Amino acid sequence: MKFLKPTLERLSYAILLLIAVLILNFSMLHLAPGDIADTISQSMGGADAETMEQIRRDYGLDQPFIVQLGQYVWKVLHFDLGYSFFYNQPVTTLILAKLPATLLLVITSQVVALVVGVLLGVYSARKPNGLASHFVTLVALFGYAAPVFWTGLLLLIAFSLKIPLFPVAGMIDVTVEGGFFAKAFDIARHMVLPVIALSSIFFALYSRLCRASMMEVLGSDYIRTAKAKGLSESKIVLKHALKNSLSPVVTLAGLQFSAVISGAVLVEAVFSWPGLGTLAFSAIIERDTPTILGILFFSALVVIVGNLLTDLVLRLIDPRIRRKG
Amino acid sequence: MKFTRRILLGAAAALLALPMAQAPVQADEPKAGGTLIVGMQNTPRHLNPAVQSGTATGFPGAQLFAAPIRYDDDWTPQPYLAKSWDVSDDGLTVTLHLQENATFHDGVPIKSSDVAFSLATIKANHPFKTMFAPVESVDTPDEHTAVLNLSQPHPALMLAMSSQLMAIIPEHVYGDGQDPKAHPQNSHDVVGSGPFKLVEHKPGEHIILEKYDGFFMEGRPYLDKMVIRIIKDGSARTIALENGEIHMTSFESLARNINRLKKNENLTATPEGYAAIGPLDWLAFNTAAGKTADVNVRRAIAYAIDRNFILNAIMLGTAEEAKTGIHPGSPLSSGDVEAYDLDIDKANQILDDAGYAKGDDGMRFGLNVDFGWPSMKPQAEYTKAALKKIGIDVKVRASADFPTWAKRVSNHDFDMTWDTVFNWGDPVIGVHRTYQSTNIKKGVIWSNTQSYSNARVDELLEMAGKETDSAKRAALYAEFQKIVADEVPVYWTNTLPYHTVYNNSVGNPPLGIWATSSPMDKTYLK
Repeated sequence: MKFLKPTLERLSYAILLLIAVLILNFSMLHLAPGDIADTISQSMGGADAETMEQIRRDYGLDQPFIVQLGQYVWKVLHFDLGYSFFYNQPVTTLILAKLPATLLLVITSQVVALVVGVLLGVYSARKPNGLASHFVTLVALFGYAAPVFWTGLLLLIAFSLKIPLFPVAGMIDVTVEGGFFAKAFDIARHMVLPVIALSSIFFALYSRLCRASMMEVLGSDYIRTAKAKGLSESKIVLKHALKNSLSPVVTLAGLQFSAVISGAVLVEAVFSWPGLGTLAFSAIIERDTPTILGILFFSALVVIVGNLLTDLVLRLIDPRIRRKG
Repeated sequence: MKFTRRILLGAAAALLALPMAQAPVQADEPKAGGTLIVGMQNTPRHLNPAVQSGTATGFPGAQLFAAPIRYDDDWTPQPYLAKSWDVSDDGLTVTLHLQENATFHDGVPIKSSDVAFSLATIKANHPFKTMFAPVESVDTPDEHTAVLNLSQPHPALMLAMSSQLMAIIPEHVYGDGQDPKAHPQNSHDVVGSGPFKLVEHKPGEHIILEKYDGFFMEGRPYLDKMVIRIIKDGSARTIALENGEIHMTSFESLARNINRLKKNENLTATPEGYAAIGPLDWLAFNTAAGKTADVNVRRAIAYAIDRNFILNAIMLGTAEEAKTGIHPGSPLSSGDVEAYDLDIDKANQILDDAGYAKGDDGMRFGLNVDFGWPSMKPQAEYTKAALKKIGIDVKVRASADFPTWAKRVSNHDFDMTWDTVFNWGDPVIGVHRTYQSTNIKKGVIWSNTQSYSNARVDELLEMAGKETDSAKRAALYAEFQKIVADEVPVYWTNTLPYHTVYNNSVGNPPLGIWATSSPMDKTYLK
């Protein structure tokens, strides 16, 4: 019961937010000059006036703005994200086909970044001035400062070209034959470099944050008490200190979920990862408005769900928040 | 003049048997089997070239669908789905004699009624209206004979019936009453007529094709399978070629990547094979409004821009010089035109004589320059630097994306713009549209957005469009090129350096005039 009321409250905010996102996105996309008829004629090497008009009529672009907006919102409220102009397929089908790939990439990267970040953060907090700690800081800052597509290209040059360990592009090799394990291994092989590239930014955040909060906690009174009681160092760090220093890291991880998705757009572009990011990227270039709107809608949904989950997890690991309601 | 010809099946085979000029004495025998993996930059909207033009659909489209005619190494039409053809003496009837054993991928025989249906579908839905505009009707006296009745002689018809431009699609599939542009079988369960059939199509990811065993050309295609992988990022494509993950890419146009790939001894990078697609880079002027309406201003600008700088510094030696609106690889391209080689003094003189005096700051007037493709920014920046020398203050206007630029230019809201435009085979298809005064159409990109109008040019193009004698036709186009070069509505600089890059294990890469927009039934893996 303790979870229910705040959760419902947040849920209703979330729905309002989604509708606002929808209207705002639609209006902003409408402001941009030019439309899908231009990009379709571009993809065809030029078209005549008649064809352009036909395209605009087919997609309802000749209607006044308010009519188009109304129609769109009405359709979305009925769980219909419309038809992609470019691919002539339902947007929901397109998104659902690409979603698993993105989730696989994003969640794996997030988990890798969290685990490695926390471990290294804890490690360097214990000897904050040691050589190893400085090394972790250096690596973290490099990962944070370098643009993710550049990191991606460096990884490609190093580990696909110079030392050909990993494939360059895509998620699966369609020529690989075999059972489930052969395919799973193939996907894992394709995943290594994009996951490293995407987690490199977040790894820095988590390790730095965990280091700082760990150092703060390690200096507090109850840790001294624990030490005085004669508990072993590892028990103090892992059992008493870590639990308390994790809550800022979890909060950040939740908030960063949206950033991981936007980071995924760039990483997917570099590695031709067949996910939402690649779809979003081409939809923007092709001015495929229903697809762009659909992806934005989905991303908003994912972010909202991510934040709700963060909230729940925080309540689980930190009794102070639970009490405040 | 007679235009009659009858080319029998076997000519293509004979051509194939000729060893390539640079090949060693023990010329490689084509080998059957294997999977070719090709990287592609652009995502096709769908796979039916009858209703979707462009090179992205053209590549898989030409593998899935056969056309009546094919062009291989040069501009000579070869039999394909039509084993031979006759053109009547007055040029008004073209009779196609179809292969008798040809079938669609579902096993249904290809009939003359399918040819008639395909042509009607293309005429109604394809954006290139001039391709088949003179075709009034198609008679089908028997299952293997299609007779095209024309309203006027139409020499462009041969090219229009080749490659991706005239895909033969099955009437029993696409004639079911649905809008052919949005037909569900354009993307999935495609029923084609070409050497390869569709196995799987994941939009934006890959297209898997497999040899069609019932293909009408004996022993073809050589490959068992073809996997087309969509890799948007140019650097990733380059690395994938270098480490052997893909065998081939086409339409590579970034000079830096091309030069890097050329150095790799396992790969061959060649500009050969794009003459019919005919991509040209140019600076187009608004000839109806502003200072660029004055032909003297346009001429001065042409003299002030150094073509060699663009070829050497921007294109890094990968592109070819272009002096007219017809691609230098076309037999109709003429060299007898004003080329506007760099001459700053002459440019200044022209502007002085035309009464554009320099102000106190050394400037005469200001102009905007746009660019249609992000990759053309260097040309735009160079224009600013080059025209400063003749006292023109140029402002570079960037556009957020293609539609933003297209909106500006197609509504004639520009002074000059860099652009890349394709010839698309015959001048009637891709050249006339830029210069004909009847094609000044606001809101339509790649129409005559220059608003260029010259009665003699209109007349020449009209005549050339229906002249069946190739020498006379070339003369008409030569005069056209001379006039247009003199009045410079467009200042052509170079060909877009499209390159095909392939691993040396690939035999017979598609280097004919239509590049990968032609059937790859002869390609094999060594």
